[in-house]
Amino acid sequence: MYFKSIVLGKSLAWLVLAAGYFLASSAVAQLRIEISEGTEQAVPIAVVPFAWTGSGAAPFDVSAVVAADLQRSGRFSPIPTRDMLQQPSTAREIDLDDWRILGVEKIVIGQLIPAGADEYTIQFQVFDVFRGEQLLGYRQPSSRLGLRRASHRVADMIYEELTGIEGVFSTRIAYITVAGAAGNQTHRLIVADADGENARVLVSSGQPLLSPAWSPDGRRLAYVSFENQNSEIFIQDLRSGARQRVSARPGINSAPAWSPDGRRLALVRSGGDGNLDVYTLELATQVLTRLTRRGSIDTEPAWSADGKRILFTSDRSGSPQIYAIAADGSGRPKRLSFEGNYNARPRVSPTAEQIAVVHNDRGNYRIAAIDLGRGFTQVLTDGVLDESPSFAPNGETLIYATRQGNRGVLATVSADGRIRQRLSSLDGDVREPAWSPQRRN
Amino acid sequence: MKRIESVAIALVLVVLAGCGGQSGTAQQDDPDLFGEYGGGEQGGADTTGASDDEFREGSAFGDGAPMGGPGAAADNRIIYFEFDQSDVDSDYADVLRAHGSYLAANAGARLRLEGHADERGSREYNLGLGERRAQAVKQVLLLQGASAGQLSTVSYGEERPASIGSDESTWGLNRRVELVYQR
Repeated sequence: MYFKSIVLGKSLAWLVLAAGYFLASSAVAQLRIEISEGTEQAVPIAVVPFAWTGSGAAPFDVSAVVAADLQRSGRFSPIPTRDMLQQPSTAREIDLDDWRILGVEKIVIGQLIPAGADEYTIQFQVFDVFRGEQLLGYRQPSSRLGLRRASHRVADMIYEELTGIEGVFSTRIAYITVAGAAGNQTHRLIVADADGENARVLVSSGQPLLSPAWSPDGRRLAYVSFENQNSEIFIQDLRSGARQRVSARPGINSAPAWSPDGRRLALVRSGGDGNLDVYTLELATQVLTRLTRRGSIDTEPAWSADGKRILFTSDRSGSPQIYAIAADGSGRPKRLSFEGNYNARPRVSPTAEQIAVVHNDRGNYRIAAIDLGRGFTQVLTDGVLDESPSFAPNGETLIYATRQGNRGVLATVSADGRIRQRLSSLDGDVREPAWSPQRRN
Repeated sequence: MKRIESVAIALVLVVLAGCGGQSGTAQQDDPDLFGEYGGGEQGGADTTGASDDEFREGSAFGDGAPMGGPGAAADNRIIYFEFDQSDVDSDYADVLRAHGSYLAANAGARLRLEGHADERGSREYNLGLGERRAQAVKQVLLLQGASAGQLSTVSYGEERPASIGSDESTWGLNRRVELVYQR
């Protein structure tokens, strides 16, 4: 029921079975994707409605999910179903001329086939319209409840086949919502599918929640809660809801970040003088290692992809800038950001020599990418109060928090800044998105 | 110049941390952890800009309500700060002297200093800024006669705004330290 892999000191052994209380999977305001800009170079593609070969109504619209995923990537432009001159579901039925005349470059066809009680097979094929060749063909089994996820998996496979880049449609996002008037707000930690569907509340509190961080296996979230009138770090198992309090010393306990091997948390604590420093905590042994010792604010640690370095924000130079230090605390911190007077909250690209930061761009707080190889800073977003960048596991896209009017909403931007989208919600402030790792099973 | 001040404050803090010991606010062993969910804040932590306005109407300066201690007007239990600054403005000298005197005269009194930041910039960094502000107020109170054991600090960063909005006046109301006497 609870985590057996993590053994804690007695005073911190908070193994609590709180599943019933916290895993309220009641209806939550869904996020809705709005394509904002950057789709003009998208590849025209036809995702033909999949044929349902069973009796009665189809149990799920697989092709609608696949088309929405491909559209959301910004790299594809699925044509509307009503423009299709035919709706083939087998290779034999395809008339390539009908698609060439529409300027469609790729076509996806498929069938949803019953395979026993509440069991199905999604069979699909992808064709290059101009060469008339099959690019991909696959049969994906699924239970009834798994059809949405299986559909995202189909979209992942198509995306990877056509772009050479791993798809992230099967991933999830964690985020914080805040509703209510100042002084009487409800804070929620929510996990949803990457397209905003299936949102469920993990934690609900009258006190602030912040800084959700995914474990590398995608099964746990670390986060900060003020429920005991002080910032404390918790780790919660997504399936069981069991959680542990892993850092709750007097003063600040905050900014958790998992090491790539999942064994350690980088975190921030304040000393008796209230000064913030970066530490690592080995979860199995509770061994705490202090990495910074300055009288500056040192916070927001992030691990390099190889786990050897920890990047962090420090105002030791007089304004917040990004530094890196060896994860074992040896050596001196090296400054990585040099453009502008405010660079904070680094996140490391999983695939490139690039970090994303919150950057003050002429008075506006925006997400910027710093190319560590060439040393230049590129501003990726155009908001006023953008913050909390988080990379998709394929490194192609960042999700971040921005403002729409007076409300906090989430948005995504491609790592090159060209494709931007907004995820609106119906009510409350949405903030601090964290993109999950790739699902491995 | 600001750096030099900060370093000086930090040095004072290191010395004081050594003799002050731990404050009594840790609740690590509270078994009723989950009972806290959805519960309200204790004391006056939910002070908002609205109640601030109410007090402005009625409290004559130096007359009636005391300037320091738990009976002080709401105006005199909030210290505001400049953008990205943690220096306590000299305008607050009288108010903090009054609180310091109250604490010195009432050894059993406990004061929680709640530091806050405005919404600009990153959240975790703002948590650091709020803590730095709470510590700056703590230092002044220690110089005014309070003892370290009477004072605790917490930072909420930008997570508990007193006022919601994205303009200079709102930001100014949110960059603050609230003095919350514990019952």
